[in-house]
Amino acid sequence: MNTHIRWLIVIVLLSVFCLWVVIPSDEDFELDFNDDGTPDLVFRAEQPLGLDLVGGLRVLLQATIPESEFETDDLIETANSVSRRINALGLSEATIQVQGGNRVLIELPGVTDREQAISTIQQTALLEFVDFGGLAGQTERYIGQRILTDVQLELQTLTEEQIATRLRSVTDEPFVTIITGSALKAASAQLDQQLGASWAIAFEIKPEFQQIFAEFTASRIGQPMAIVLDGEVLSAPTVQSELSSGGVITGQFTQEEAQTLALQLRSGALPIPLRVESAVEVGATLGRASVELSIKAGIIGVIVVLTFMLLFYRVPGIAADLALAVFILLNMALFKLIPVTLTLPAITGFLISIGTAVDGNILIFERIKEELRAGKEMQEALDTGFDRAWTSIRDSNLSTIIICGILFLFGQTPGASIVSGFAVTLALGLILNLFTAIIVTRTFLYIITGIMHDAIENHKWLLGA
Amino acid sequence: MFNLVEKRRWYFLISAMLIIPGLLIMGYSWTTTGAPFRLSIDFAGGSIYDLAFEGDVVSESQLREVFAANGDDNVIIQQLGQSLQRWLISDIAIEVDNREEVASLVADAVASTPFADVVSVEERDNMFIIRVDDADIEESTIRDVLAEFIMDETTIEQVTVTGWSVRGSFQNEEVVSQILVQLNELSPIDRNAFRSETISSTIGEEVTRAALFAVLAAAVIITGFIVVAFRQVPNAFRYGVCAITAMVHDILVVMGAMSLLGLLLGWEVDALFLTAVLTVVGFSVQDSIVVFDRIRENIPLRLGEPYETIVNRSLWETIHRSLATQLNAFFIMIAILLFGGDTIQQFIFILFLGLLTGSYSSLFTAVPMLVSWEKGEIPFVNQKQALQEAS
Repeated sequence: MNTHIRWLIVIVLLSVFCLWVVIPSDEDFELDFNDDGTPDLVFRAEQPLGLDLVGGLRVLLQATIPESEFETDDLIETANSVSRRINALGLSEATIQVQGGNRVLIELPGVTDREQAISTIQQTALLEFVDFGGLAGQTERYIGQRILTDVQLELQTLTEEQIATRLRSVTDEPFVTIITGSALKAASAQLDQQLGASWAIAFEIKPEFQQIFAEFTASRIGQPMAIVLDGEVLSAPTVQSELSSGGVITGQFTQEEAQTLALQLRSGALPIPLRVESAVEVGATLGRASVELSIKAGIIGVIVVLTFMLLFYRVPGIAADLALAVFILLNMALFKLIPVTLTLPAITGFLISIGTAVDGNILIFERIKEELRAGKEMQEALDTGFDRAWTSIRDSNLSTIIICGILFLFGQTPGASIVSGFAVTLALGLILNLFTAIIVTRTFLYIITGIMHDAIENHKWLLGA
Repeated sequence: MFNLVEKRRWYFLISAMLIIPGLLIMGYSWTTTGAPFRLSIDFAGGSIYDLAFEGDVVSESQLREVFAANGDDNVIIQQLGQSLQRWLISDIAIEVDNREEVASLVADAVASTPFADVVSVEERDNMFIIRVDDADIEESTIRDVLAEFIMDETTIEQVTVTGWSVRGSFQNEEVVSQILVQLNELSPIDRNAFRSETISSTIGEEVTRAALFAVLAAAVIITGFIVVAFRQVPNAFRYGVCAITAMVHDILVVMGAMSLLGLLLGWEVDALFLTAVLTVVGFSVQDSIVVFDRIRENIPLRLGEPYETIVNRSLWETIHRSLATQLNAFFIMIAILLFGGDTIQQFIFILFLGLLTGSYSSLFTAVPMLVSWEKGEIPFVNQKQALQEAS
């Protein structure tokens, strides 16, 4: 009995914790161990929802040139450029992933305008050397910000909002671009000759642009010049001398920063061209309707299952129902904690795991009934029931868990990603079920039969026998 | 105890009656359409547009023209649901913070009328558009409810919403943009209720390859798993083969049904169909294992009994569990079928069907087959055994 009480405490605490996780909250949970006012541990559990539920756009892009013609770094840099452009659209929840050797997967929750989003993504990156004359000493506040230039207005299709929000020069005019990335021949990171410990970027300019660049730099010695990629100011070095065929951008760069910037300068002009292999757009209303219907279906299904277990198995049914409630809470808490992105198939997988979660209980209860019929005492029947059913429960659940593993791998194919969610929630449900069907149900059942001992001894029908 | 196993020839006959017509339908479908099922764009590549037009009623031929003008003159078009009347309240002055409040205000107002329906509040270029699907609401009611938000430029108009689904070949993004512009010219599209999907043939081929690999991997791993799980039982291999037979049985029934549904209702095999089939495999094996496990337990307990009696006893002992478990899974699935959204219903239906045949096959295919094998009734295996005994 003692172990059962101990388990009961564990289960109750676990359930309370899960309930706390599951109940939506707008506030972060913060722990401040050393009382310095800044939290040391911030915890926020939000349930991520898939695009099919919140609406949005998913695009799979593939390099149009063969994989042998570029390096992985180039693809990562291409993904970074895509990422910059998406940020420029003001989409903070976007995810951009490199997939395999030649693909980039983009998910944009809430975007319902695939034409504009995709054309922005596919635009060629624009690298500019921009005149920052007169801004010596104030360049810091521009770095990382987006600015508006004359060339952007000429070459790119910007949205009204982009034009309105990008920073302008002190005269409220767009900044003036001297040359763009198409004027660059090469760029590479190198160790700074004078400073030794610091890194710099050397770049070369194509002959036809050398005169423009020479004239500009001659007139701006001592003044800053901005290097801008897709509107964002990457750095603003000071012009040291007249430059024509090329130059060196110095700054307090680390090796990594210098290499990244060099790569951006090289590939900014032409990252790997990408083409759309697959795109899905889902309207927000459709997703919301699906969520509501699934929740309704789930609740109805669960109520029927709970009622069935109660009517069919009586007292053990109470234990099974309580265990099922714990099971549902555990699942929902883990969805938030892991986190598992819920899609419609994922919710379905979860619901089906609820339907099969009682399987373990049923195996045990049927066994208990048999043992009782064979004339065993209640306590003995319970013990045997739990003991004997375990191998069946383990082996039978394992087969479906294996299948879930295979489905999960199948879902890693970009075109079948919808399958993963189902596999994950179903497998999670089956694994948790090994715990709830055995330990949780057993704890509840022993405690209930302990309390109702006399009643059950006199009325065997309470055990469903 | 009624002898369930004794009637095994009948069960095999029933299975054959389910499987053979299915195979014939698949064969028919293969010769007429070139594939045993209708393949969805997940495998074949292509495009799907689910459109809700707000305004003029759009006809099927108008849609066909738009797609034909963009190089796709072989599209499949289906109407989605009934046309309905909708109030469009555009250019309404709502602060973004008030959005939820306005939505609930409208929802409450609509709920008081007998034919309440969907409400959506959409932000477009800093202005709001409210949609109320209800023909019976008067314009004056709307004006009353939303009085404080209505401005001079607010327009309230009644439009007809028609839903269409168009399935075509894969288009690149420029063509997609063009198609959408032209469709929008026919009648404005409600982008909130819009769904589009384009999948290139490259991706389709990859999914097909991955699918075949998944099926193969499932077959190999599950067989291995059963053999390992039953390694201590005499003739472990038999249990494996019988469970696999039950599994193949279920796959064939489901595939036959899908082929038929493809011909009759245009149902398509997609990635989720494969998911349903493999899940069915998992559950089918799960069921077989529970019965086998009981046989495994009963053999040493009842050494004197003939194998057939032990098997029959095991079957009876587990049948309650099998039925109760299936029933619970069915409760959930029926709830989703009846109340869940349409997007997932084909998937659930296949899963439901699979579970049904899965329960049948583990009780009435796998287990009786064990007995047939033991008794040497399986033609080929029997000969082999006789040969072994002779030598």
